[in-house]
Amino acid sequence: MNQPLLRTPLYDLHLELGARMVPFAGYDMPVQYPAGVMAEHLHTRASAGLFDVSHMGQVRVRARSGQVADAARALEALVPADIVALKPGRQRYALFTTEDGGISDDLMVANMGDWLLLVVNAACKDADFAHVNAALADSCTVEMLSDRALIAVQGPAAEAAVASLNPKAAAMRFMDVAELDLAGVPCIVSRSGYTGEDGYEIGMDNAAASTVARALLVQPGVAPAGLGARDSLRLEAGLCLYGSDIDLTTTPVEGALEWSIQKSRKPGGARAGGYPGARIVADQLADGATRRRVGLRAEGRAPVRGGAELFADEAGQIPAGRVTSGAFGPSAGGPVAMGYVPTHLATPGTRLFAGVRGRFLPVQVAALPFVAPTFRR
Amino acid sequence: MTVYYTKEHEWLRVEGDVAVVGITAHAANELGELVFAEARDPGTTVEQGDSVAVVESVKAASDIYAPVTGDVLAFNDALGDDAALVNRDPEGEGWIVRMTVADASQLEGLMDHATYTALVG
Repeated sequence: MNQPLLRTPLYDLHLELGARMVPFAGYDMPVQYPAGVMAEHLHTRASAGLFDVSHMGQVRVRARSGQVADAARALEALVPADIVALKPGRQRYALFTTEDGGISDDLMVANMGDWLLLVVNAACKDADFAHVNAALADSCTVEMLSDRALIAVQGPAAEAAVASLNPKAAAMRFMDVAELDLAGVPCIVSRSGYTGEDGYEIGMDNAAASTVARALLVQPGVAPAGLGARDSLRLEAGLCLYGSDIDLTTTPVEGALEWSIQKSRKPGGARAGGYPGARIVADQLADGATRRRVGLRAEGRAPVRGGAELFADEAGQIPAGRVTSGAFGPSAGGPVAMGYVPTHLATPGTRLFAGVRGRFLPVQVAALPFVAPTFRR
Repeated sequence: MTVYYTKEHEWLRVEGDVAVVGITAHAANELGELVFAEARDPGTTVEQGDSVAVVESVKAASDIYAPVTGDVLAFNDALGDDAALVNRDPEGEGWIVRMTVADASQLEGLMDHATYTALVG
């Protein structure tokens, strides 16, 4: 990589907090703070972790007509999710699909009343912007909000922390989005996250990011948490990491993400299809796919990590898929993983074997998530 | 009995032709809290620089390299249930493998405590 690493507006704060910085998606990001990954993970589930996610892409889509319904309809040409029925002040998970039914990114779409806010993965943001702009430019203005930062506060203490800065945060339900002032800073706040815990994702102008972060960090129970903990938390929550668990070669059905395709967009629905790969997805919705993303629990103590091959037999002779993400789950109390297996082996309890350092370690297919979510629905 | 150190942040305590091997406090801090450790089977011959054990944190696995050529004698079984013992006492109770020293001349290439301490600053 020739270019120097980019920095988020919280870079100085991370150094002040003693973060260990690593390159991630072209940014210099905190992988952990002095507490360490394990402690940051456990603290997030017990109390509240504060994450800098400003490296992610935030895109504003505004219909030239001024009607958000037109922007929603236009966006439905790119995603299988129902965006037209997404009410103002609500957010939903969506997938950008490709002509062969693969996934080019996963994202959140929020209805901000007269525009749509898309939050996309850092590594995909330039490609996603180009994709949306190319498809929607006739009917919409599409703008990359490069002057905006994003902070996540996750855990049981998150509500009290954010509500201390604005009581209205407490009234929000899971997947609500609102414009709220926090510490005197206008913010876009959603009650959502990537950890399986209750919490908020908070966007603001770059110039104000440090003010908001510091105001949150002094709230009782809030501690900084880095990308290391972010990954182990989302894995325990059964959430996909784009590029590992879902990618151009995985369909929404293979990825066990059918739930993100609302009825109106499925065959027979009012606005069925109309997104890239819709026919392939429709076929798979009807007939199933040949493989499926599942959770995997190791029977022993050795972590089974992304890239490990899976086998149906102890001798490692019968291929049965592969692991796409794996780590030790501090809250799950042992190694947890996700991977793709042939659909007939995808039933929880199915015993498989993972190739690790020349041995074949027993694992069991497990329902996701590994740790129960605590969303405020 | 002499203690030697490697550039890979391992230590070995040598008595006769047997060495006890572990990782230094510096390495343990870098790795973070360990969740798993295992070694090559007793009886396995490892060349200097081959992986002789693996330790894992939440996020990643790290190889421990044989500081000298020899045969694995034993893995510290206490780590089986409690890999974090390495973090609590990396240079004592948290040792990782015991192995033979096949060629004592290899020890001459390793660092002493003063040199290692200067290396890690």
